[in-house]
Amino acid sequence: MNLLDIVLAIPLIGFIVLLLVPRAAQGAMRAIALAFSLVAFAASLGLAFQFQANLPGEQFVTDVVWIVSPNIHYHVSLDGLSLWLVILSTFLTPICVLVSWESIQIRVKEYFAFLLLLEFGLTGVFAAQDLFLFYVFWEVSLVPMYFLIGIWGHDRRIYAALKFFLYTFAASVLMLTAIIYVYNHAGTFNYSDILAMLASGRLSFSAQAQMLLFLAFFVAFAVKVPLFPLHTWLPDAHVEAPTAGSIMLASVMLKMGTYGLARFCLPMFPGAARACAPWIVVLAIIGILYGALVAMVQPNMKKLVAYSSVSHLGFVVLGIFSFTQVGMDGAVYQMLNHGISTGALFLLVGYLYERRHSLVIADYGGVATVAPWLSTVFMIAMLASIGLPTLNNFVGEFLVLQGSALANFRWTIFASIGVILSACYMLWLYQRVFYGETSDEVRHHMFDLKPREWAAAAPLIVMMVWMGMYSQSFLPAVRKATARILDQTQVNVQFQVKLNPSPRPPTPDPGEQSSPREVAHAR
Amino acid sequence: MPVNFAPGAVEYLRFLPEIILIAAGTLLMVLDVLLRERYPDAYGYISIVALLGALAASAFAYSSPGPAFSNLLIVDGFATFFRILVITVGVLTVLSAFRFLHREGAETGEFHALLLFSVAGQCVMVSANELIMIFIGLEISSISSYVLAGYLRDDKRANESALKYFLLGSFATAFFLYGIAVVYGMTGYTSLTAIRTALSSGPTAPPPVFIGVAAALMFVGLGFKVSGAPFQIWAPDVYQGAPTPVSGFMATGAKAAAFAIFLRIFMTAFEPIGREWGPLVWASALMSMTIGNFAALVQSNIKRLLAYSSIANAGYILVALAARSQVGTAAAMFYLAAYALMNLGAFAVVSHLSGKGERFLSVDDFAGLGVRQPGTAALLTIFLLSLIGVPLTGGFFGKFYIFKAALDSHLVWLTVLGLLNSAVAAYYYLRILVVMYMHEPSAATAELEPLSPGLSAALVIPAVGTLLLGIFPGWVLDFAGKSAMLTR
Repeated sequence: MNLLDIVLAIPLIGFIVLLLVPRAAQGAMRAIALAFSLVAFAASLGLAFQFQANLPGEQFVTDVVWIVSPNIHYHVSLDGLSLWLVILSTFLTPICVLVSWESIQIRVKEYFAFLLLLEFGLTGVFAAQDLFLFYVFWEVSLVPMYFLIGIWGHDRRIYAALKFFLYTFAASVLMLTAIIYVYNHAGTFNYSDILAMLASGRLSFSAQAQMLLFLAFFVAFAVKVPLFPLHTWLPDAHVEAPTAGSIMLASVMLKMGTYGLARFCLPMFPGAARACAPWIVVLAIIGILYGALVAMVQPNMKKLVAYSSVSHLGFVVLGIFSFTQVGMDGAVYQMLNHGISTGALFLLVGYLYERRHSLVIADYGGVATVAPWLSTVFMIAMLASIGLPTLNNFVGEFLVLQGSALANFRWTIFASIGVILSACYMLWLYQRVFYGETSDEVRHHMFDLKPREWAAAAPLIVMMVWMGMYSQSFLPAVRKATARILDQTQVNVQFQVKLNPSPRPPTPDPGEQSSPREVAHAR
Repeated sequence: MPVNFAPGAVEYLRFLPEIILIAAGTLLMVLDVLLRERYPDAYGYISIVALLGALAASAFAYSSPGPAFSNLLIVDGFATFFRILVITVGVLTVLSAFRFLHREGAETGEFHALLLFSVAGQCVMVSANELIMIFIGLEISSISSYVLAGYLRDDKRANESALKYFLLGSFATAFFLYGIAVVYGMTGYTSLTAIRTALSSGPTAPPPVFIGVAAALMFVGLGFKVSGAPFQIWAPDVYQGAPTPVSGFMATGAKAAAFAIFLRIFMTAFEPIGREWGPLVWASALMSMTIGNFAALVQSNIKRLLAYSSIANAGYILVALAARSQVGTAAAMFYLAAYALMNLGAFAVVSHLSGKGERFLSVDDFAGLGVRQPGTAALLTIFLLSLIGVPLTGGFFGKFYIFKAALDSHLVWLTVLGLLNSAVAAYYYLRILVVMYMHEPSAATAELEPLSPGLSAALVIPAVGTLLLGIFPGWVLDFAGKSAMLTR
């Protein structure tokens, strides 16, 4: 039992404890949930300290037989890709507990229990190294989110919850088919074993089979990302979810999709992935532009942020399917950035909603005069989301665009337009909500941040600055993992990958010194 | 049959569960006169004791596995697995029937006696190794169920249900019997192993056309019993009209036993002509899944919904049969066990909620159950998640094994369509969850009594079982895998 198992176990234990606490003790439930989520976060910080960034392989490995036949293991471990995503989940859960402290008044027990169960599922998804276990966590994380949206959401919550569940579930059964197919051929669910067998040629799929398997995995992940045109569940789910649900959904759950693409789709089916890459990139770019344009015309704040997610996640997919080291690094970094900055935006929109009880932009205006601190914090989050240098998103977007430029310059041209558009809709949102005349309604309801709200928002702001100023704390670990994934995507691929790094690599930040890794070698 | 028919003690031992059940059933009919109205609960207690005795006897009989009575019966792992399954279903049915019978003022010995006879018939079915024996078991079990379906004599629906079940059921049984006759005529045997030998004897084997006809006839009969399409029409009406505990019993125990003989006949006797009947089962599986799931989408009566769901589930199990492999048989066994637990649990909740005279049977009547009785709602949630096929429940592992077996046998399309079907199914199960947790409380949940001890047990045992099958499926799966070899 290593630290990773402990991180996984704490939310589960919290879930069970909450189920056992008598219903009357509502205050205690909140405290228990906060305590468990904080302990899980503290433990996951231990992971970050013990993690050896210079090693490429799995760390904190636990591999125990779960079921003998078929051969299923409880096999979890971390590498540079999953480490930060696990920490992101544990980091955001206490924030979500704080956010829900007062806003959730009905069925408090179930609410916090589901929140902890969700944390368990999400961390498990990122840690699982056994395909079956991965699927189990993947589906387990679906159930608490379904209830979070369906019970504590807004008016159209039932529709949104059903749509969310059915979209994801329908797409993931195809993935289950593919997983079983792979198992029947490989004889194991152990992911690293499967990759080793693929590398040595002991396991190989025909081109057609590889393509179908790739698509089965891809659709499951693309729905979750969500990639255009599979994104329609997202705005509904986000708008209807309670604040904490939106935060967890945007910040962590969407990353399940992009994580899956990078972790499973590319290494297992490199040929098919490369063959499909141009199409997928086109969809990603459409998503970037479409998401941004639709966000611009939204009258509803939450919907605006939701569509901005579609746009931002397009960058991540673009980076992954650029098949370059820089692009991949940027994609992974962008996953974390989006988690922090969009999480913060949903948090702040939630604060606004708690005060004014409306999500319609037109109901606001002049908030800055009444609640200056709230406006300042919102400003920072918004600027981060736009991609202002020194804040986190800039680093990620820059790397992604650089990577895509190395792969195909035209992609970059279109994708950069998305960055400009994001400034348009965000600044316009800010202007309409925080500046202008302060109406009586706003003056009457609005007040500045309370200490509890500060406690939830401040860590996010700190992370935005930290990740923007000193990405070197995070990137080395990521780079090892992405380099390994890129290595694996070259296995058994006929054509050669050309990558021409510019003579002097631009430095997005002081830590970014090492040149993009040469991957131009054929096997 | 040999002339010197003198069974030894060990053969009686192997037949002990059936003996106990029949004896207890008969005893109950006699006691009916003495106990009536004085100790209404006594019948239930006696049944439970008898069933637990039979359960122990089944386990004990397995300590000396082998044939009994000149190979008419056989106690192997397969038979033991299903005996334990159907007897457990019997226990759970009795547990959930206490409250129901009390509410309807219909506590008689005959309900329990019929239930015991039906379980005994199912035990005979699953351990029979010979077509006539199978037929006898089938009839014992079916005739008792016909009566049970119409147990509430004053209820129009129950009468309709019983009549429909009886007419269509006897029609289907006739097909089955006709199939037996053809097989006997062609091969001269009724013993499954002997038929198998005859069919695989190369040039001297009977013409495959006739055997195919026989297999098809039996398929009709069995398809009816397991409510597989296109012989599923009766199921919704019968399940809706029958008393809820009986519906649960028919949807799980009777179905499991019918599938047991389905598997045993087609995987032993007709195994040599598997290529012929494979496509038939394939088509039936796909039709059952599709018809069941899509029809369930539009149901508003919870019992009809569960009936269509049971048709769809029959489809999943037929997928396992279509795989025509030992893994497939094991998967079907596992799924039947998981299905029995989760479905009995769901029916028990329905019975709990429906109120006197079964007034509240609409899906909307579940509104607010999550607030009124969070415990009951949580248990129903487990059953529904299992029916959807969410991991860490037995239903998920069952589906997983079934589709794994199907892919092993290269049934890729059936797997894809089947799994997509299970995504469709998610919708109607989720609808119940939606109503239960996300709607304002209804009249039905307002006047809900607390769970009785019997019902609590009938809910908690399946819930624990469902979770155990989902988290530690190893035990059951190993046993199913070992016994799926069947005695050939």
